[in-house]
Amino acid sequence: MATGKHYHDHDHGHDHGDHAPITAESKPGYYEVMETAVRELLTEKGYITPNDIRHQIEVLDSRTPALGAAVVARAWVDPAFKARLLEDGRKGCEELGITFYDDTQLIVLENTPDVHNLIVCTLCSCYPRPVLGLPPDWYKLKPYRARAVIEPRKVLAEFGTQIPDDVEIRVSDSTAVVRYLVLPRRPEGTQGWSEERLAALVTRDAMIGVIPVSLDKEAA
Amino acid sequence: MTASILQQVKAGLNELPAFAVGDRVRVATRAPIGHYRVPIYLRGGVGVVERVIEPALVDNEEEGYGRNAGNKRHYYRISIPLPTLWHDYQGSHRDELHIEIYETWLERA
Repeated sequence: MATGKHYHDHDHGHDHGDHAPITAESKPGYYEVMETAVRELLTEKGYITPNDIRHQIEVLDSRTPALGAAVVARAWVDPAFKARLLEDGRKGCEELGITFYDDTQLIVLENTPDVHNLIVCTLCSCYPRPVLGLPPDWYKLKPYRARAVIEPRKVLAEFGTQIPDDVEIRVSDSTAVVRYLVLPRRPEGTQGWSEERLAALVTRDAMIGVIPVSLDKEAA
Repeated sequence: MTASILQQVKAGLNELPAFAVGDRVRVATRAPIGHYRVPIYLRGGVGVVERVIEPALVDNEEEGYGRNAGNKRHYYRISIPLPTLWHDYQGSHRDELHIEIYETWLERA
């Protein structure tokens, strides 16, 4: 390195910051150290392999809100499926080939003209990951988690959603074993639409319950 | 024949749900040391059982602390009116909080 001779071209037109070495700037935190220790112990004792961990990350990354949207669209066009989905959310999703990879159950909460559902996890960040993937950051942060159960209407208003007073709000707070998925209302003017076209309207936030499904999504 | 013998099967006490849909229940106000998956804000709250979660599941409080994790009981989805949880609640009096609570945290109200 210290030859004093420059072999590379200085007119390569991009910032030298790109070549900054990757270094560990700060010490690992408490939970990072704990995670590493537990992971290494479990691996050392043969309970799990590094490939198991890599595989599970791949499983999590394969889950996106598009899966939930497919479930919602099917429920909109197939009343018998919708009935089964509301009866047992997990079985309904499994019918479409969405596996759950853990012991959690899923309750699908149907929005109606009289009831608007909102989901939250005040204790941590429980979320219907098998059907929606990873939760958005705001879902995991304390302001949303605390305020969703105290002043849900105000929180919804901040997402641009005004719920009339004669519509009941049901906030579902996730704990140990049950996850929720909101089944939003099908927007007016979508009669005869294909399942795929309907699914394209259904967003992550609508399945958390912070916004309704609207036709604007297609225009966007 | 087979039907009659099957009708004689008796379930163990812990296998049967202690509460039924429509029962009024109170969330216990215990405050044990440690992490328990019953949010503090609704301890002492009174609600109605909306759904019994099947099947019975391991008591994760016992499991979490390395005690006998073989005990299984039911979770109940209960609904609690939001205005009863927050004295200055802004919204409809019909707004509700729904949550699953483990049997050991519920008492009849």
